[in-house]
Amino acid sequence: MHRFFPHTDEDIKQMLDVIGVKDLKGLYAEIPEQLKLKKELNLPEGMSEIEIRQRFHELTDKNKELVCFAGAGAYDHYTPSVIPYIASRSEFCTSYTPYQAEISQGTLQYIFEYQTMMAELTGMDLSNASMYDGTTVAAEAAAMCVAAAKKRNTVLVSETVPAYIREVMHTYAKYQDIRLEVIADQNGQTDRDALKNRLSQNDIAGVVVAQPNRYGIVEDFTGLADECHATKALLVINGPASPLGSLRTPGEWGADIACGEAQSLGIPLNYGGPYIGYLCTTNALIRKLPGRIVGETTDANGQRAFVLTMQAREQHIRREKATSNICTSQGLMCLYVTIYLSLMGKQGLSEVNTQSYAKAHLLHDELLKTGKFAKAFDAPFFNEFCLSYNGNVDELLNKCAEKGYLAGVKIDDHKILFAVTEKRTEEEIYKLIDLVK
Amino acid sequence: MNKTFYGKLIFELSTPGRIGYSLPKMKKNDYCVSELPNHLRRSKEARLPEADELTVVRHYTNMSNNNFGVDTGFYPLGSCTMKYNPKMNEEVAGLSAFSVLHPHQPISTSQGALELYYETQKTLSEIGGMSEFTLNPYAGAHGELVGLMVIRSYHMERGDSKRTKIIVPDSSHGTNPASAAVCGLEVVEVKSTAEGTVDVEDLKPLLGDDIAGMMLTNPNTLGIFEKQIPEISRLIHECGGLMYYDGANLNPMLGMCRPGDMGFDVMHINIHKTFSTPHGGGGPGCGPVGVGPGLEKYLPNPRVVKNEDGTYSFINTETACGRISGFLGNFGIIIRAYAYLLALGKNGIAEVGPLSVLNANYIKEKLRSHYLLPIDGLCKHEFVFDGLRPEFGGDHHDPNHVTTLEVAKRLLDYGFHAPTIYFPLLFHEAMMIEPTETESKDTLDSFIEVMKQIAEEARDNRDMLKNAPHTTPVRRLDDVKAVKNAKFKYFE
Amino acid sequence: MAKVIEGLYYCESHEYVKVEGEFGYIGITDYAQEQLGNVVYVDMPEVDDEFSAEDVFGAVESVKAASDLCMPVSGVVVEINEALEDEPELVNQDAFGNWIIKVKLTNPAELDSLMGAEAYQSICK
Repeated sequence: MHRFFPHTDEDIKQMLDVIGVKDLKGLYAEIPEQLKLKKELNLPEGMSEIEIRQRFHELTDKNKELVCFAGAGAYDHYTPSVIPYIASRSEFCTSYTPYQAEISQGTLQYIFEYQTMMAELTGMDLSNASMYDGTTVAAEAAAMCVAAAKKRNTVLVSETVPAYIREVMHTYAKYQDIRLEVIADQNGQTDRDALKNRLSQNDIAGVVVAQPNRYGIVEDFTGLADECHATKALLVINGPASPLGSLRTPGEWGADIACGEAQSLGIPLNYGGPYIGYLCTTNALIRKLPGRIVGETTDANGQRAFVLTMQAREQHIRREKATSNICTSQGLMCLYVTIYLSLMGKQGLSEVNTQSYAKAHLLHDELLKTGKFAKAFDAPFFNEFCLSYNGNVDELLNKCAEKGYLAGVKIDDHKILFAVTEKRTEEEIYKLIDLVK
Repeated sequence: MNKTFYGKLIFELSTPGRIGYSLPKMKKNDYCVSELPNHLRRSKEARLPEADELTVVRHYTNMSNNNFGVDTGFYPLGSCTMKYNPKMNEEVAGLSAFSVLHPHQPISTSQGALELYYETQKTLSEIGGMSEFTLNPYAGAHGELVGLMVIRSYHMERGDSKRTKIIVPDSSHGTNPASAAVCGLEVVEVKSTAEGTVDVEDLKPLLGDDIAGMMLTNPNTLGIFEKQIPEISRLIHECGGLMYYDGANLNPMLGMCRPGDMGFDVMHINIHKTFSTPHGGGGPGCGPVGVGPGLEKYLPNPRVVKNEDGTYSFINTETACGRISGFLGNFGIIIRAYAYLLALGKNGIAEVGPLSVLNANYIKEKLRSHYLLPIDGLCKHEFVFDGLRPEFGGDHHDPNHVTTLEVAKRLLDYGFHAPTIYFPLLFHEAMMIEPTETESKDTLDSFIEVMKQIAEEARDNRDMLKNAPHTTPVRRLDDVKAVKNAKFKYFE
Repeated sequence: MAKVIEGLYYCESHEYVKVEGEFGYIGITDYAQEQLGNVVYVDMPEVDDEFSAEDVFGAVESVKAASDLCMPVSGVVVEINEALEDEPELVNQDAFGNWIIKVKLTNPAELDSLMGAEAYQSICK
């Protein structure tokens, strides 16, 4: 028997006797013979722990750790050691959706704390318990706009929303019969005249913009919410979470929905996942909000306690009429974010942003000084920026990778997107400058 | 338990001036966020906690003590497959050689990660009897949605645009119809027979050239194998539809039957159920989607492929159903599943199914004297009771009868997690029990003992159940208040 | 045992219409509120919204269930019962007294296809 299975031969015999079946095969007696697997699976023999470690050594030897100046949706911020330590506690890790609230207060309480923190960061009324990632929340937000508008099914998305997010939105929209129209970008920012013009036809359910946008630019959304609301369209702002600590919030811009990727709040790069999508909205839209929500209540002793609530929106009750098909929250990643923000706190997040901003601007200015790069756009940015390169972008990125540096992310044949976090040292910045010279 | 911390929120443990982080100082800084124009910066500070490291550690450690996981005790939550999560999975997933990888780094520097991804795809294909898998979907529900997108793409590419209906059994999980609706499909329900399986006679009149396909779990939500599956598959295929396998109940099939061999064209797997990755309080999960021959090109972008020279890369195709994730799905979860698959190997995988079925049938036979078993016969990995037997207080005609909810709450007092309750909707007092293969006979015997004791309490001491639980960190919660006096965050 | 009132029109999805001249008051029946349990929210349309018979015009929600509201007859909404916004539980207290919307009937002939009290009583089992 395998180490994961506790059954002795004697156990099996006794249990089969109770059931009244002769052998384990007999437990499948009702299944038509033609459906039964007649061969052994074409897979290797099981491995011991020692062999598994060896196999993983082989695999990890084929990866290369790079000094990361890339962003584009995944940011190399610092993860305090406390986070993986606490998150690996099996009381958190091996539990499931907190259906039995009496023995799930740990999960419910951290989700409540998470909801509070995300509402604070976005400046919105409330947050759900989190979703898959920063792309699917954008697709869910577009669907929310259409559901709230009732008789409109067109959503506008700015071309300055990162391309991979728009791709996911287009995929969802295609099957949901939502018309997704792209508003072209102008000098790296949303073309506000084109947007206003399109809104004036009074048939738009929602408008999706990004902050900072796909080029790292911090866009000025002054007047945008009013323009949307004047035509009964909702405003959605999508963006990475960490800069929310410093930038004008979606709430302050007058957005109806704030969503995006919260990986930047303490979650390791992990080759793209698991990450966590945040989705926040106004009180008016709560019943259109997809996903789990935790609420405060009291127990039979009058003690404060937390519980999954507003469940009448969800798939297990509403079936095909639910606000979304999503069943779960992003659980442990939600715990990552909550512990991160507890440890970093007010001061820490501010320092992360201060350093990321400063180091990004240092790299930006130093890259321009090399003469090989030019500004792609003239606009304020935060910790990510886009420059034009006067050589072959692929060759440059490959050359840097060979030297152990992930220099940035290719946007097109001439443009590179650079991101800098507090983790990068001044030495690493100057080393990169040497490499690209 | 430490009462100072217990019951407080992190915001109530905050003291201005305290910090819990450390960052290196910059040598020289010529740049400052305040250079950004005022109107681009937030005017109101976020009220984040201010706490030292130990305060944070104690706070979350105490919170974890109010939680129940598989490592705490028996967790027979039906349809969720709460099996043991091997610790080796966690060790390898934590390796920094994976966690530092950026999704945009050149593929020449992430070959190990791609090989792992590819090998997992191949292994799942062999287990499911499918041609190819994508691991991009983030969860079971996401997998369902992607699988249905594949089905719609198949029909659309053939110009067969009127196939907009999907057949779903009335016993299905709510996610099935919800996923279908999100995919723009109209849901048509097929009835169940008295034995709890699909009523083939009810299915026949539903078939036509507007049917995109049918979604089915097998065994179904009652834990019963759909014996008519060859006939059902034939009927759906004959009318031009495709068969979708909801992998929620794949566990008992491991090593015995493969969805591909049952006639299914598209399937998803709940990695966090069948392949032992932690449920994490609700996530992150992983919902790979597999397809049969001819459907590979509809899988979502990007796909991981092996090149002739033995290296690995991504491909993006025009025929794909689209892009459904930021990058390559929940890679950290895929690492864990891969480690588990290596640990089991072909022999271990083949033992999972029979042992999970053995455990379920054993509990069923031992408890049917006290709980109402609505459908007789062999179950697979799980089964459903319809509440207590009448002689133990379960008589529905008695307005004061003991409900499934009360039994479930009383179980918590005894240190067991409750089964899934009030699902499936076919019975009033449904109680769905799934023990999984990793539980020993000793554990099952003590669960059986406690369940019998609760039945006796229901007969002799009803108040004990009506007010349960008694010994949990908090008592029964006021659900109505949570909705009516809605409060979703600490700050007003 | 759920209450049924004479003189109202009923439909199979458990809504009633109480007709007064050219107007109809639409709500859910006592049987429907009993089935739902504690009502915590009533989702109502806006004044001037126009619906055909069988259209979904809103939803009622309890803690563990939710049910769409279907139009028994066609009509234009002229008033919504605003009291339900703050006190949805009024539906539990008196389902027939607390109608949900008042409509101007656009096709009164449809009333003939609805059930009377006796016929409705027989489907509430």
